[in-house]
Amino acid sequence: MTATIQSPRSGKIQPKYRRTGGSRGNFEMLAWLFMRLSGVVLVVLIFGHLTVNLLVGEGIHAINFGFVAGKWADPFWQFWDLAMLWLAMLHGTNGVRTIINDYAEKDATRLWLKIVLYAATTVIIVLGTLVIFTFNPCPVANGVQLPGGFCPAP
Amino acid sequence: MPTKPAGTLYRGREGMWSWVGHRITGVVIFFFLLVHVLDTSLVRVSPEAYTAVIGTYKNPLMALGETGLVAAIVFHAFNGLRIIAVDFWKKGAKYQRQMLWTVLGLWVVVMVGFSIRHLSLALGGH
Repeated sequence: MTATIQSPRSGKIQPKYRRTGGSRGNFEMLAWLFMRLSGVVLVVLIFGHLTVNLLVGEGIHAINFGFVAGKWADPFWQFWDLAMLWLAMLHGTNGVRTIINDYAEKDATRLWLKIVLYAATTVIIVLGTLVIFTFNPCPVANGVQLPGGFCPAP
Repeated sequence: MPTKPAGTLYRGREGMWSWVGHRITGVVIFFFLLVHVLDTSLVRVSPEAYTAVIGTYKNPLMALGETGLVAAIVFHAFNGLRIIAVDFWKKGAKYQRQMLWTVLGLWVVVMVGFSIRHLSLALGGH
């Protein structure tokens, strides 16, 4: 009896040799692709972020509450920072996930490290997103404007 | 006794060390990012809380720390583009070593420029 061997890349792979079978689907390939796509975008977003915040004008001396208020008054920078937050957190989380999988040998250790990782990621992404969208340049506590705010003249 | 494998293209050479550097810089950047989102979130607490915490960053030690962080980011960025070229460019694997030296050359140029600008601003007194 002769076994039929399909030509490479014909897509006709016997089920037992498929790398992408089972419940995980294409997750690892999509994660690999995401790292490359998000990486290119992050280079642009983060280099822009560093240039505008550290290299232009007075650099770091200009950074205070009013500086942040001035940026987030513009939807362009809100979207920029939102994209940077989500892409950087997901890119970093997937990187640390890979490192945990590589170095933590016990199943329980891997599981717990990843639970901590995903919890931290969720908290930071939710917190950052809320801060960008609920930011108030002129905060008021008990009817009094907080000092240092970016309030319009009365 | 195990001996060093002869003729390996990968171990102990540019490919391995760039991989080590990419991991270490990646982890450093990730932990900074967690802290950076938390400190920026103080804008939601009060203007004074944010400006006070940012104020503690404005000292010479932190200026050096920021320069180190940016050095990690710039290496991770350029080496990441090299990894993409290795994966997607037909001749990427063939030229991965030359690309690493290009990455390091560009990294030096960018970091010299950044350090002069950032340190003169940060240490320049205000």
